[in-house]
Amino acid sequence: MDKTFDITKERIKKCLAEGKRFDGRKPEEFREVAIEYDISDKAEGSARVKIGKTEVIAGVKMDVGEPYSDSPKEGNLIVSAEVLPLCSSRVEIGKPGFDSLEIARVIDRGLRESGFIDFSGLCIKEGEKVWNAYVDIYTINDDGNLLDASGLAAIAALKSARIPKYNEETGKADYENLTDKKFPLTSIVPITISVHKLGNKFLVDPTREEEDASQTKVIIGSSDGIISSMQKGNEESIEIEEMNQMLDLLEKSWESLHKKVNKQFK
Amino acid sequence: MTEERQLVVPGEVIIKSDDVLPGENTRKENGEIIALRYGLSEVSDNIAKVIPVSGVYQARRGNVVIGEIVGLTSAGWLVDVGVAENAFLSIMEVPRYVDKNALQEVFDIGDAIIAKIWNMGGRGIDLSVKLRGFGKLYEGMIFGVNPNKIPRIIGKEGSMINLIKDATGCNISVGQNGLIWIKGDTLDKELFAKKAILYVEENATKEGLTDNVTKWLSENKQ
Amino acid sequence: MSTNFKRPDGRKVNELRPIRAKVGIIPNADGSAMFATGNTIAIAAVYGPKKMHPQHLQNSEKGTLRFTYNMNSFSVSDRIKPGQNRRAIEISKISGWALEPVVDLKKFPNEVIDVYVNIIQADAGTRCAGINAASMALAHAGIPMSDLVVSISVGKLDKTIVVDLDKAEEDFEEGEGPTDIPVSLTSKGKITHIQLDGKINSEQLKEAIKAAKEAGKEIYEIQKKALKNVGEEIKYG
Repeated sequence: MDKTFDITKERIKKCLAEGKRFDGRKPEEFREVAIEYDISDKAEGSARVKIGKTEVIAGVKMDVGEPYSDSPKEGNLIVSAEVLPLCSSRVEIGKPGFDSLEIARVIDRGLRESGFIDFSGLCIKEGEKVWNAYVDIYTINDDGNLLDASGLAAIAALKSARIPKYNEETGKADYENLTDKKFPLTSIVPITISVHKLGNKFLVDPTREEEDASQTKVIIGSSDGIISSMQKGNEESIEIEEMNQMLDLLEKSWESLHKKVNKQFK
Repeated sequence: MTEERQLVVPGEVIIKSDDVLPGENTRKENGEIIALRYGLSEVSDNIAKVIPVSGVYQARRGNVVIGEIVGLTSAGWLVDVGVAENAFLSIMEVPRYVDKNALQEVFDIGDAIIAKIWNMGGRGIDLSVKLRGFGKLYEGMIFGVNPNKIPRIIGKEGSMINLIKDATGCNISVGQNGLIWIKGDTLDKELFAKKAILYVEENATKEGLTDNVTKWLSENKQ
Repeated sequence: MSTNFKRPDGRKVNELRPIRAKVGIIPNADGSAMFATGNTIAIAAVYGPKKMHPQHLQNSEKGTLRFTYNMNSFSVSDRIKPGQNRRAIEISKISGWALEPVVDLKKFPNEVIDVYVNIIQADAGTRCAGINAASMALAHAGIPMSDLVVSISVGKLDKTIVVDLDKAEEDFEEGEGPTDIPVSLTSKGKITHIQLDGKINSEQLKEAIKAAKEAGKEIYEIQKKALKNVGEEIKYG
């Protein structure tokens, strides 16, 4: 039965009030993160991220398009996400729900606002032809924190991506031949971390039970202490003092997560 | 004749014999007993059957289940016990006076209860909390395991679960629908008991389980 | 069957591509499996039996097997735009029909068994890989079944019958071109699904179906081994 009972939620909050979690982690601690590459040989770049039992895959596809008139030298980024019915009994078939939309837009914002992508590096011919980069995210198993896992999968996929050959004659991409040119990125690593409020305390990287017990969350995209995107989820309010505590927790957890994943990025 | 248990797949021949009868999850054709479900084949006392190792919970009369109150009607409560249809707990099956206009004072939405399936009729599952030990579950934590492993977790006449209760000092209730409730003096003791149960779940099909669990409990003492 | 024919990747005419199979890859699912043939990778998850929603789709006489096939956008060279597409809807339907004959749906009136297949990487034979993964996932989920179902694409390249076409062969241009015949069978050889695209006479079609049945035996052994060794990746070829 895939449900977290109220008494369990109470127990989770009670423990967190003492700084404890069911799996022994500290509030600022992430589970084991494992990153694999080349999930699909048809993608320009692709990755699978596992945070504990949560699993998400992401792929980068590129094609040739036109730049927007106000940015003639820049390529385009389009992020999509699908919370697949594969990943949990709670997902209904049919059109992607709000969760899918939230992931896509939050990750898009995180990637775009941080300066991670060098959009001018996607220019083919100024004002005429640029690369469109599609980052598509799919969730495979939901044991909590699909959002942060999606963010890491998107980064990993982009970091491992190479640009296809541009065919001058057809004006299209030649997928049979990838160049040696890596996807144009800067040294910024925009990691998205969701900070959750349970009772009067906070934690990151919730398991599904913990996520069920979460009252509200703030999703923050940051790199080396610089916050470039932020979003608060749902209708419950947060005191200013609580927000301060959440930002402190974010700093702690960013450090340790960055250590875990940076050596796994390409 | 007792044959060693083996994992079989649907359609696989378990045994060729004119004398053996087809038991649960099997059928007989041309002198062959064929598995109709993935699981462990067992042949004993001339009956061949397949013991499920996976699959959602199938409710049976007499089962003890843990569920969540999900609805109130004028005659009782709707309870989610993890099967397709919600179960029903009638006011008549509660061993105390219930004010028909204030059902939520006895059990409210979101409450966890432990109950017995006393009837399974056309209308669905009927629950009762009349007997001692049944009713609302206060505090503690509830988690789920593979319902097919519950018999092993309980053990012969409760031997396995009692072993864990003694070693951890926790109150533990086991629902045959795969839900388990634990309440102890400290969180650490509760988590210890949970770990022990998950250990049994993972090693359910292995030999010498009781000895291994006893060993595990003393090695990991809290 | 002509054995002199040279296949683009050097395989014999009745040779399957290397196969990898693994059961129990998605912890939340009631049953799950991965099936890869050559460079085609499919994963399947089964949830159920459970209450059928929406209510008007409930069938009081027997349960419903609901199959959803989906290709990831980056499983192919030319990105597939995420969202419903007609090909996926058709394949979902036929794949469900390929498996229904072995599932005892009468045991679950008003309930549904959801089978989800996702194609991670595509190099032809995706619907067959999906059906193979689904067969294992359904068994793993403890669904009452009379048999497993194996699925192979057989076909004809010019005049030669071959087994397990890859993408290069689907695009074959010589002579009579390619004929693509995906087939699904139970281990007893009952056909539960067959489709055809191309040009073939009935003699050769019979030959192709026979080849499918033979190749199916190897796939059956792989499915069986994967189910008997949950969590282990079974390799073949």
